[in-house]
Amino acid sequence: MKIKSLMMGAVAACAFAPASFAERGSDGNVSIIYWQAPSILNPYLSGGTKDIESSSLVIEPLGRFDQTGAMVAYLAEEIPTVANGGVSEDLTSITWTLKSGLVWSDGSAVTAADVKFTAEYCMHPEGGCAQLAKFDGVTSVDVVDDLTVKVSFNQPKPNPYGPFVGGQTPIIQKAQFENCMGAAAPNCTDENFGPIGTGPFVVTEFRPNDVIQMEANDNYRDASKPAFATLTFKGGGDAMAAGRAVMETGEFDYAWNLQLAPDVIAKMKEGGKGTPISGFGALVERLEMNMTDPSPDLDADTRATRKAPHPFLSDINVRKALSMAIDRPLLVEIGYGPAGRPTCDLVPAPAIYATGNTDCLTQDIAGANALLDEAGWARGGDGIRAKDGVRLSILYQTSTNAVRQDFQALIKEWWGQIGVETELRNLNASVFFGGDPGSPDTFQKFYADVEMYANVFDGTDPQAYLAAYRCGNEPKPESQWQGENINRFCDPEYDKMIDEMARTSDINRRGELGRMMQSMLTNQSYTIVPLVDRGRISAHANSLGGVVLNTFDSELWNVADWYRID
Amino acid sequence: MLTFTIRRLLISIPTLLFISLVIFLLLNLAPNDPMAQVPLTVPPEVKEKMREALGLGQPLYIQFAKWLMQFFWIEPQVLVDHYFGTTFSEGDLRVISWQTRSPVMDIVIQRIPQTLWVVGMSYVVGILIALPIGIYSAYRHYSVFDQAGTFITMIGYSIPPFFTGPLVIVIFAVQLGWLPSTYDTLHQVIDWDSFVVQLQQMVLPVMVLALQTTAQISRYMRASMLDNLNQDYVRTARAKGLSEWTVVMVHVLRNSMIPVVTVIALGLPAIFGGAIITEQIFKVNGIGQQLIGAIYANDLPTVQTLTFIFAFLIVFFNLIADILYGLLDPRIRYD
Repeated sequence: MKIKSLMMGAVAACAFAPASFAERGSDGNVSIIYWQAPSILNPYLSGGTKDIESSSLVIEPLGRFDQTGAMVAYLAEEIPTVANGGVSEDLTSITWTLKSGLVWSDGSAVTAADVKFTAEYCMHPEGGCAQLAKFDGVTSVDVVDDLTVKVSFNQPKPNPYGPFVGGQTPIIQKAQFENCMGAAAPNCTDENFGPIGTGPFVVTEFRPNDVIQMEANDNYRDASKPAFATLTFKGGGDAMAAGRAVMETGEFDYAWNLQLAPDVIAKMKEGGKGTPISGFGALVERLEMNMTDPSPDLDADTRATRKAPHPFLSDINVRKALSMAIDRPLLVEIGYGPAGRPTCDLVPAPAIYATGNTDCLTQDIAGANALLDEAGWARGGDGIRAKDGVRLSILYQTSTNAVRQDFQALIKEWWGQIGVETELRNLNASVFFGGDPGSPDTFQKFYADVEMYANVFDGTDPQAYLAAYRCGNEPKPESQWQGENINRFCDPEYDKMIDEMARTSDINRRGELGRMMQSMLTNQSYTIVPLVDRGRISAHANSLGGVVLNTFDSELWNVADWYRID
Repeated sequence: MLTFTIRRLLISIPTLLFISLVIFLLLNLAPNDPMAQVPLTVPPEVKEKMREALGLGQPLYIQFAKWLMQFFWIEPQVLVDHYFGTTFSEGDLRVISWQTRSPVMDIVIQRIPQTLWVVGMSYVVGILIALPIGIYSAYRHYSVFDQAGTFITMIGYSIPPFFTGPLVIVIFAVQLGWLPSTYDTLHQVIDWDSFVVQLQQMVLPVMVLALQTTAQISRYMRASMLDNLNQDYVRTARAKGLSEWTVVMVHVLRNSMIPVVTVIALGLPAIFGGAIITEQIFKVNGIGQQLIGAIYANDLPTVQTLTFIFAFLIVFFNLIADILYGLLDPRIRYD
């Protein structure tokens, strides 16, 4: 039988007949490798993906997103909605009911008090909780009875699934973390390294930034799961070595997020021991146009702020021409292969928010040249276009990363063909993405004309993601260069739509608003020029069954269903 | 000799304090942000709160004083408590890593054994191979053996471990399948079989590192032997009718060892420093890997503590090398 059909069968069987497989612990050991090593098993103290995903083996939220982005109940009996009465009509509260009979791995009962405690733990003012944004607008979390908890918000929340949904906000045990609130959090090393959870596995040994040893949770709610008795979670190295360890040497069963060139992965697959799998979410590699003047001649309070509009990128024709000159399918082929799709959308998923716009997909150098000619940007003696003494000379920055440097080189070449001069610059990721207000090289400060990176949002609701482009939310000296409106985009119409979206619960209207808003940012203004919808490639051993790649939640979301194929 | 040692020890105290200040300032003045690895989905206000929780808002001199206090006062107490069961350090805040929110020294203690095993073993293996090669190459100067030895050591010198590491993995782990490509840090040696497994997983990293050590030390050994072989006392020894073995292995070797011992002693702190690249390639959870991970994550307390420990070891082994020099060579006296 072909591996693919075998896998499909296994996945289907997993979904429909979970108990028909082996009993708990019958399949021995499963080993997982992440090329970034987990530092801590408490996602509230670390926003890192590696920490969130490794802790998802142990601690679980009330609900998760599945591979299609739909919500599934985990610790909750069902997902509360307005229809089933779980969400109040005025959208200001949500009431969760826990599954009855749930126990922690130490045997004690999971109660509504644990859920309330989790919220208090994260919302403590001195705790520095990494997931605080998930609890945005929460005024109180009240215990109704042992199994019921009500979360109230300060205003109507069309998307009340911030707290306790997804791998970022799992429920922690009150009894264990009671003395770890606020400033005491860092003293709780044992708790942070070995949280008591409800998940399929319990931690037996945690070595920070190296390896985690786990065994099956005897008190897991499904008596037949997990199929594996023990689990080894190794961290560190690089994506290349991780892929090799699964697909070529067979030392590991699962490797996470293989950011490698397509030909490298294809070559590894020939090793015959494992299979790469890919899935798409909403991660988009994009060019961000600076709407403000980053010229070093300006003083520090004016440079790259809205006080000084950009000398040529404020002309929409220039931005449009820059976008038209790019051959996105070629970029995908070179940089991502099957793990990428060319896109013109900022929010390519979930489908209801995607515009499906395709007019940027065909490269049009001649059209771009014509557009610039028409707009009065005439070529000078050196082939570079200029108007009123302003030359089209761009500083294009991104983080240091082989694929990104390939993209830079290609795009520079295409822009050269339309008479735009480009200077390339790449910066170490920890400096570029670090928010140090003293550094001139952060992506927030944007001391360049164009920059490239990728971004995404948690879960399936892009409201906060799109709301980032509000007037005034841009990084500026007064806000210590913090802010998410990286392009310094400002349009009162757009702000009105942000406000409307925050009030609207009807999913169709939300979808419509989302599509309109992202159009304003992309194909109507070319403020953001999307390039590639980046998928995720992971790999699993051919002998590991039950793997369903999920890009909306932790990749290890269904580890309880994994099993060994003999 | 004793006064010399005491004087040197006293001088090293301000030296080390100065080094710690320089490290601290370098780390803090360089652009970095411990929140750089937090995904962009976490809003900036939340990141700012996280930074405050790490104590980043405080003025630099307070941060430095805190570190000094934690490292030189609280950490030794923890050590005393650990060995004698006392409770001096109870409730005191130790040097806490920003990545793991746990004491840095606990992780260092956890990782030192792997580093000493792998890097230390490679040093021993390297020396054991290098000395005979160096001696014989010098004795048979310009022979085929010498030429081949020079060629191999030059390769060892010039090819970095980030090339040899993946190369041996591709050959021995992927193609031949004899040895594992990753170091299983949970493996415990309890019987003969598990000892064999431990040896197998150590072979590749030790091989990569030993190539470097061998190259370096055998060159020193050879040069030093060549210097001595032409000396008058060698001719005298031969004229006395001593056997060739005695001449080379006793008279020449002892004199040639003086500079080589210094080189070996000065290389010792590097063992504790781990092998950043090799440890990373083979996923050995040693000190070097901890350092590079901390640098990537901008985990300043860990970087500061580790670099200071290295600085201390380098100062300390320099002192040892100086003293050894005096002991080995009676002509050198410090008084």
